[in-house]
Amino acid sequence: MSETTLRIRDLRLGFMGYTGLVEVLHGISLHIRPGERVALVGESGSGKSVTARIVLGLLQSLRSAQISGLVEFEGRDLERLPDHERHALRGTRMSMIFQDPTSSLNPVYPIGTQFQEVLRRGAPGISADEARSLAATALRGVAIPEPERVLESYPFQLSGGMNQRVMIAMALANEPSLLIADEPGTALDVTVQAQTLRLMRELVEKHRTAVLFISHNLGVVREFADRVYVIYKGRIVEQGSASALFAEPRHPYTRALMSAVPRITGGGIPEIEDASADYFAPIEVHEGFAEPAA
Amino acid sequence: MRRTFYILLRNPLSLLGLVLIAAVVLSAILADFVTPFPSHAGAVVDFAHFNQPPGWPYIMGTDLVGRDLFTRIIYAYRISLILGVVVLAIAVPIGVTIGLFAGYLGGWVEYLLMRLTDVFLSIPPLVLAMSMMGVLEPTLTNGMIAVTAMWWPWYTRLVYNLTRSEKEEGYVLAAEVIGASKLHVIFREILPNCVPSILTKMTLDLGFVILIASSLSFLGLGVQPPTPDLGSMVADGAKYLPDSWWLTVFPGLAILVAVFGFNLVGDALREILGADQ
Amino acid sequence: MLPVVRLLAKRLGTSLIVLVGVSMLIFAIARVIPGDPARIALGPNASAEQVTALREKLHLDRPIVVQYGYFISDLARGDLGVSLYTNRPVTTDIAQFLPATLELIFVSGAMMVLLGLPLGVVSARYRDTWIDNAIRLVTLLGVSAPAFVWAVILMLLFAFFLPIFPIAGRISDTITVVPVTGFLLVDTLLAGNFRAFGNAFWHILLPAFALALSGIGQAARLTRANMVETYERPYIEMAQSYGFPERRIAARYAFRPSMIPSLTIIGLDFAAMLGNAFLVEAVFAWPGLSRYGVAVILRKDLNAIIGTVLVISAMFLIVNVIVDLLIAFINPRIRYSQRAA
Repeated sequence: MSETTLRIRDLRLGFMGYTGLVEVLHGISLHIRPGERVALVGESGSGKSVTARIVLGLLQSLRSAQISGLVEFEGRDLERLPDHERHALRGTRMSMIFQDPTSSLNPVYPIGTQFQEVLRRGAPGISADEARSLAATALRGVAIPEPERVLESYPFQLSGGMNQRVMIAMALANEPSLLIADEPGTALDVTVQAQTLRLMRELVEKHRTAVLFISHNLGVVREFADRVYVIYKGRIVEQGSASALFAEPRHPYTRALMSAVPRITGGGIPEIEDASADYFAPIEVHEGFAEPAA
Repeated sequence: MRRTFYILLRNPLSLLGLVLIAAVVLSAILADFVTPFPSHAGAVVDFAHFNQPPGWPYIMGTDLVGRDLFTRIIYAYRISLILGVVVLAIAVPIGVTIGLFAGYLGGWVEYLLMRLTDVFLSIPPLVLAMSMMGVLEPTLTNGMIAVTAMWWPWYTRLVYNLTRSEKEEGYVLAAEVIGASKLHVIFREILPNCVPSILTKMTLDLGFVILIASSLSFLGLGVQPPTPDLGSMVADGAKYLPDSWWLTVFPGLAILVAVFGFNLVGDALREILGADQ
Repeated sequence: MLPVVRLLAKRLGTSLIVLVGVSMLIFAIARVIPGDPARIALGPNASAEQVTALREKLHLDRPIVVQYGYFISDLARGDLGVSLYTNRPVTTDIAQFLPATLELIFVSGAMMVLLGLPLGVVSARYRDTWIDNAIRLVTLLGVSAPAFVWAVILMLLFAFFLPIFPIAGRISDTITVVPVTGFLLVDTLLAGNFRAFGNAFWHILLPAFALALSGIGQAARLTRANMVETYERPYIEMAQSYGFPERRIAARYAFRPSMIPSLTIIGLDFAAMLGNAFLVEAVFAWPGLSRYGVAVILRKDLNAIIGTVLVISAMFLIVNVIVDLLIAFINPRIRYSQRAA
């Protein structure tokens, strides 16, 4: 049994365009241990979202994408796995939740149908009734009071917060070892967001799920994560425990982030003045939080 | 504008379309110089060479009175293109204006105009044109009138939908707040934003007008002999299938080629300009 | 009241208003022709008295509004007048010829849906590969020629050069069928005469395909465009992140939401076939309403023209209503927003 749930080493990503290769990731390394909550923090365009999609294998189908580096999940090199095995991991051992819950759910099918499809990934022969009761249980687990009603509803009939909880329930339904959360709750208002995150924390603690939490919202990261990686223009610039990083940010970019004036609308990193030479300073690693050796 | 043109040139399919359109339009304009027997476009008979299969010098064969088919096809292109241009020149302004007013002014104006449009739209296009032609004398002018009458509602609907969504946009509200007159808002704010969709549709429509016009004349409701027309050529030749196959096949392919060209370019335009239906 | 029923009632109401408008339009067109309808009907050899008598009988000397009034009252009694072409009540003519056209259109429509939609789905799923490009080229060709050109080409290729299909007619002359519904495909089955069914089916294939080609092309292109757009949506990415099989995503999760914008246009195309049937019926000597319509238009047979156009427009509207219902069925937002009101 390997130590780490997810291990990324020197991951590079480029896109072939008309003008040549455009590099987006310049050698990212990170790791997540079982049950750990790790945040990947950066502005939009920093490369955090594509990292998540590479782990799931969603980006590889793009013909213009060039990917190199190691992505290891539970000890297995994902790039070397045959397609169908890699495909089998999705939705079962690793799952993802997205930014806008209502538009991430199919508008023309009721929740129950979509949930059943998800459960079928984990238990292929499952009957409709079994799926229904499992789904109801899962929904109760995310504090949804009337699961039966919700299962029969369409996403547009439910509130954003409700849909978010449905998404979380779906993502954890097959007991994955890794949950990737791409800016969860960004589309929700602040109070609902706080509630949802609290819920998420309880659940992943209960199921011992490792979490890769992608965000641009420092406040949320501070609440939720054990360890933090800061990413800037496709490079990790600082990594350490959440408490250490917030108490003592070392890298100039991290410091700029922390001291940046928040927008009136609240939440989220405002635009940082671009490319001070300092931002390209080498990576700052807090003691004891380096990447495990090969 | 120019950028769009260059993009069109780079894509192989739209390039093919442009080539086809150019071939059709140029040959139609220069018909007198490009065709081997310009006089055959009119009432000429040459029974010594009638009903000949494709060969030399009649590269597409001759019809039943001895006229060169290729020549007549080129001249028929001329008629079709003129028809298309005239129809669009009239139908588009009418349709667009009605759509703009209906979409922007709302209320009973909208209701009335759109119900009127619906009435025209609920008769299948060809049927409307046919019935009009049926009661009018079949001439080119009347053909133009009939096709125009069935064409304008499509632009109304297009522009109506666009206007309704543009109405709420920031720039419209800004103009209204400043106190711009309704006419100003309609014609100088909203209309320019509809232009890409309208242009794309017009390109596609040039092809479709040719299609509809040929359908009308196929049924005998278009221009009369001896004016050359693609649809009536197909109709006349259909009686002599399969022996004198060239009488129907070549005019039919001529229609196909022209419409195909316009469709290729129209399609590419639609992708470039991002215009929707 | 069930929201769907309310929607249906509303649409039927609008359609009725539109139909009235259509009748006015056609009536106006028909009565505004140059020349004297009565004289045209009786021919040049009729005497002046006969013409005057006919004019009175047809109310031609009254103001046009009054004429319209007579027209509507006749219509309410189901009387569309007498055709000058067949000398029979127009309603009889229509009853005889309509089924043939309807049958043709139904088979064409079925082809349009059964061939066009899957082509679009395949095209979208394999977009930007050679499969996609091939399908796009073929469908664009299909849309680029009027139905009669395809009819002629298909006839030449598959009825003459390769004599696979029959050239004309609905069924071989040697076979008689007891007309029950007027739909040969149905009547032959009802009679248990499978040979006749096969014969009728073989006869309808080529004309229906010629008619459908344009619709197939449109449906395929539309489906492809909408599905490509749907593939960009977040919920498709979520489905992929869960590892739903690609085929299932294409056939269900991407397909159903795409159909909503497509359906209106497909409905219009289907209804447009009503108009295009004229062209195919002419080439294949199909004894349908369209062929009758052309004949009466050429003869300026006013009653028949009005009757035919009205019937065709009514069918057009019915198709639109059915399409709207289908859309409501597929798009839950419409169903439920009625309820919320």
